[in-house]
Amino acid sequence: MYLIFFMITYIPNIVFAIFLALGIGYFTKNVKKLIRNIRLGKEADVHGDKGQRWKNMSRIALGQTKMVVRPIAGLMHIIVYLGFVIINIEVLEIIIDGLLGTHRIFAFMGGFYDFLIGSFEILALLVIIAVVVFWIRRNMIKLQRFIKPEMQGWPKKDGNLILYIELVLMLLFLTMNATDYQLQQMGAEHYSKAGSFPVSQFIAPLFDGMSQGTLIVVERSAWWLHILGILFFLNYLYFSKHLHILLAFPNTFYGKLKPNGQFSNVEAVTNEVKLMLDPSADPFAATTEDDEEPGKFGASDVMDLNWVQLLNAYTCTECGRCTSECPANQTGKKLSPRKIMMDTRDRLEEVGKNMDANGGTFEPDGKQLLDDYISREELWACTTCNACVEACPVSIDPLSIILEMRRFLVMEQSAAPSELNNMMGNLENNGAPWPFNQMDRLNWAQEA
Amino acid sequence: MNVPTMASLFAEGKQPEVLFWVGCAGSFDDRAKKITKAFVKILNQAKVSFAVLGTEESCTGDPAKRAGNEFLFQMQAMTNIEVMNGYEVKKVVTTCPHCFNTLKNEYPGLGGNYEVVHHTTFLKQLLEEGKISMEGGSYRGKRITFHDPCYLGRANGIFEAPRELIQKLDAELVEMKSCKKRGLCCGAGGAQMFKEPEEGKKDVNIERTEQALETQPEIIAAACPFCNTMMTDGVKNKEKEASIKVLDVAELIADAEDL
Repeated sequence: MYLIFFMITYIPNIVFAIFLALGIGYFTKNVKKLIRNIRLGKEADVHGDKGQRWKNMSRIALGQTKMVVRPIAGLMHIIVYLGFVIINIEVLEIIIDGLLGTHRIFAFMGGFYDFLIGSFEILALLVIIAVVVFWIRRNMIKLQRFIKPEMQGWPKKDGNLILYIELVLMLLFLTMNATDYQLQQMGAEHYSKAGSFPVSQFIAPLFDGMSQGTLIVVERSAWWLHILGILFFLNYLYFSKHLHILLAFPNTFYGKLKPNGQFSNVEAVTNEVKLMLDPSADPFAATTEDDEEPGKFGASDVMDLNWVQLLNAYTCTECGRCTSECPANQTGKKLSPRKIMMDTRDRLEEVGKNMDANGGTFEPDGKQLLDDYISREELWACTTCNACVEACPVSIDPLSIILEMRRFLVMEQSAAPSELNNMMGNLENNGAPWPFNQMDRLNWAQEA
Repeated sequence: MNVPTMASLFAEGKQPEVLFWVGCAGSFDDRAKKITKAFVKILNQAKVSFAVLGTEESCTGDPAKRAGNEFLFQMQAMTNIEVMNGYEVKKVVTTCPHCFNTLKNEYPGLGGNYEVVHHTTFLKQLLEEGKISMEGGSYRGKRITFHDPCYLGRANGIFEAPRELIQKLDAELVEMKSCKKRGLCCGAGGAQMFKEPEEGKKDVNIERTEQALETQPEIIAAACPFCNTMMTDGVKNKEKEASIKVLDVAELIADAEDL
């Protein structure tokens, strides 16, 4: 008898705890998968000034400095970002309330609590406005960067779904507060006066005339749907471009510190070239230690990229600033740096799923990143101008992937466009990309 | 025009203060050779102690590296490094941002450690040291727009040196809608110079030239021999070559100084 009474009293707490555990548990499982997939990448050179890395992260990710290069989108984004971060303080209260069966446990803070709830409400309203603007930009104004070919289908849906979820969450939050406010006015049990409601007090009249019982049902429903919605959204991240809200931080931390123009020197090549240029080297000398198979040059699949490049792919939120700055894309070529990142992620996910299905090892599936996802035409259209790298608000480097894939094409397959082969032939023979004799290099000094 | 070579100075037991890295375009391309000569005239005028490698110079390997041929790049780099280290080169100046970027950023990892400066930075220093005096002369009040070479600007963060030089000419510097960090490429980088572009609506240099023409310039200033070629072609394509000149910053200065 006592047990049943105990169960009935605590059913909401238990249900809440179960949902919370499921929500966080499934998310954790996917995060582990995410980390495993990123680790499929090769080692990356992430040495260098740690202090600078922290500075970059706080400036670019936390401080959103690159977002405001485009002022309208930047400002709207900062609103949603601040809304997301700050309203999460409220989620902390909701979780504690849910687990303990309390109501507005932080209310003891008094005036400060009123201030907090008031600010959350104002932020929620601003987020709603920003989300509506974002939706209009994506669906009505049809900004170029949102209607490129790679945005057809799921990416477009994904973008809109995120906006809908955010809108619904904010509306539930305000509904919850509005009915709470009504109940507080009525002096309902448990609903002691707490919080200030600068926005929801204007929604409250919608609930005028409702009985206390009905109001409690509405308030509880909004409360439950709001927290369940948040748990759903958390788990949606892994399947969406929206992962950037978490990965922007490590991604900006591990972003390139060297000048944009500096491309990596391939160490394996250095060793071979040194051997070739060293007159005293014995070409027949057996490689001393383990006769490793010589590594593959460049990248034809995701496993050939380094882990930072794979992290880049998961971080990309498909905003398309890279593509809209890309000279090749602007002039109608197939190359889109955003597509390079989306393709890398899609292929990586495919490899991950293959591993899941085969007990953790990858079974060759006859596909690769090159050709099956990224075409040679795209790769050869790049001018290596770094506009995409500069444009990315979260330090993604699509150019490094393009270069790695060109390296594979040239060094593993000798598959450069014929004009480039001519250029390289000249370079090899005459030390210049044109067919001029090196001995004529100073002729200009004799010309008038 | 006095153009000493490293080899001849070395034979006399002399060491110049700076190596002028001419680059392939500067050595062979007819248009770019004019930039080379303009720069040398300024060096002579300012009595800078310099030399060139001449026939001992070879491509830095930039176009091979950007095309994906790391082997060829490193072969070129190591050969050049051997030559430069042999002459104990300390400082290098170059009129080509591609050579500049490669020498400055990619050679150190292969054993080539030099102080590398682009000629616009070098000219600005000469100006500050009073070794060249720039009076606007024929460029006073002219509308000049500056095209940022990707490998000078975005790649290495040098935006102001060329602009300061242009302003010293008392010219009216007008900016294109995409400039500095957001400057649009001329279309030549990444070895594109040596191949036909992929299929598209337009060539990149035409797009960039249109942006330049929007500023209604009398002169389009560049600081890269490849950008110069691309913009010159663009201006010709728009049939504006009679009224708009494409000139390197070094040419502007040499011209203003009547060299």
